Amino acid sequence: MSLQMIFIKMGEGFGKTCAIFFLTLLFSLPLGMIISFMRMSKNTVVSKITQFVVSVLRGTPLMLQLLAVTYGPYYLFNISVSRNKLIPVVIAFSVNYAAYFSEIYRGGIESISVGQYEAAAILGYSKVQTFIRIILPQVIRRILPSVTNEIVTLVKDTSIAFTVSYQEMFTIGKQIANSQTSFTPFLVAGVFYYVFNAIVGLVMGKIEKSMSYYKQ
Amino acid sequence: MNVLEMTNIKKSFGDNNVLKGISFHVDSGEVVSIIGTSGGGKSTLLRCATLLETVDDGIISYMGENVTYKDGNGKLCYAKDLNRFKKVFGLVFQSFNLFPHFSVLKNVMDAPVTVLNRNKAEVKEECLELLEKMGLSDKVDAYPCELSGGQQQRVSIVRALAMKPDILFFDEPTSALDPELTGEVLKVIKQLAEEKMTMVIVTHEMAFARAVSDRVVFIDKGMIAEQGTPEEVFGNTRNERTKQFLQNYGK
Repeated sequence: MSLQMIFIKMGEGFGKTCAIFFLTLLFSLPLGMIISFMRMSKNTVVSKITQFVVSVLRGTPLMLQLLAVTYGPYYLFNISVSRNKLIPVVIAFSVNYAAYFSEIYRGGIESISVGQYEAAAILGYSKVQTFIRIILPQVIRRILPSVTNEIVTLVKDTSIAFTVSYQEMFTIGKQIANSQTSFTPFLVAGVFYYVFNAIVGLVMGKIEKSMSYYKQ
Repeated sequence: MNVLEMTNIKKSFGDNNVLKGISFHVDSGEVVSIIGTSGGGKSTLLRCATLLETVDDGIISYMGENVTYKDGNGKLCYAKDLNRFKKVFGLVFQSFNLFPHFSVLKNVMDAPVTVLNRNKAEVKEECLELLEKMGLSDKVDAYPCELSGGQQQRVSIVRALAMKPDILFFDEPTSALDPELTGEVLKVIKQLAEEKMTMVIVTHEMAFARAVSDRVVFIDKGMIAEQGTPEEVFGNTRNERTKQFLQNYGK
C-alpha cells in the first residue's frame, strides 16, 4: 500500500478521532465543574463520595473504564453491546476527563483570595453573580495552562478507542500495520497527532494571551 | 438619627473572646475613628457591623431597622433579607480587594449596574465624576495591577461610594501602603469628612484620627476603654490603658 493510500485511509478515521475529541471536551468541561462543586460541597457525605469516585476515575486506567462502559451493560444486565461505539467511548472519556478537570477547577477556585469574595459580598453581589462575574474569569485565567495539558493528553488518548474497535484513525492504522506487516501507519499516526496538538497549542496559546491583559 | 447602632455585641472565635459586649453607635454625618492595639477587636467589630462575621450576641440595627433580634425564646436571630442592609453600608478594605480582571471604571461601575440594576450610562457618568474628584481621571481604563497602592485604595473608595452608602467603613485603609502613599488616601477621606459623609475608620494614624474625627473610640481587649471627642481622648486622656497606648505611638 502506498504512503498516499495509508494517509487517505487513516484520514478517513481522523473524523472519528475528532468526534471523540470534541464531544469529550463538550461534555467533560461542564461535568468537571459540577463534580468540582460536589467535591467542595459543605455536605461531607457528598464531598467524600465525590472524592472517592474521582480517586477511582483517576486511579484506574482509562482503557479499563472504556471496556467497563462498553461491555459492562452486557455482563451486568444482558443488554446487547451498542452498535455505535462512539456512545460508550464518549461516555467513558467524558467522565474520566471530567474527574481530572474537576480537580483542576477546585485548585483554581480555592486559589482565589477570600478578599475577592468579601469585596463582592459587601457590594451586594449574589453568590451566583460573584462566581460568574468575579471568581470564574480569574479561575479560567489561572487554570488555562493545566487545562491545555489535559487537552493535549486527550488528543493522544483518543487512540485508546481502538480497544473497543471504534474505527478512529489509530484503529485503522493498526489494522493496516497488521495486514501489511508495516510500521509506516504508526509513523503516519504520529504525524497526525503531532500536527493536531500543534494546532491545539496554537489555539490555547492565543486564548491564554487574550486573557493575560492583567497581572495576577 | 443613628445610622448604626450596636448594643452589647459579643463575638468569640473558639476560646478567644474578641468582643466582650461592645455598645457602639454612629450618628448621621458623624466621623468616628476606632483606635487600639492589634488583636483588640477593632477589625472584628467592623466585620460584624458589615455582616462579614456573625455576632454571637447583641443587637445590630441600621437606620432604626434591626439586623439582629431576639426571638420569643431569647435566641439571637438575623433578619431574613440581609441584602437591603448591604445597600446601607460600604467597606474599604486594608488590602483594597479590587477585581484584578476589571478595569478601574468597570471595578467602580459593575456593582451599581449588576447589583442595583441601574442605568449604565447614568452610572458611568456618576463614576467618571467620582473618579475625577479622587484624581483618577487618567486611570479610568487602567487595570488595578498598573496602579500604585495609593491609587488602588482611592479606586476602592470610589467603588464603595458608587453604591451611595449611608455609612462607609474603613478597615485600616492605609496600613498596606508605603508611608509616602498614605497621605493621598488620608486626603481623600478628609475630603469626604468635610462633605459630611458618615464614616467609621479603624486606623493607626493617630494624627489623622485626631484631625478628622468627631469622636474617637479606644478599644482594648474587646471592650471600649474610652471614647470622646479627639480633644478628650488625645488631649485629656483619662484611661490608663489609653495613656499607655498613645505613649507607644509617640504622641
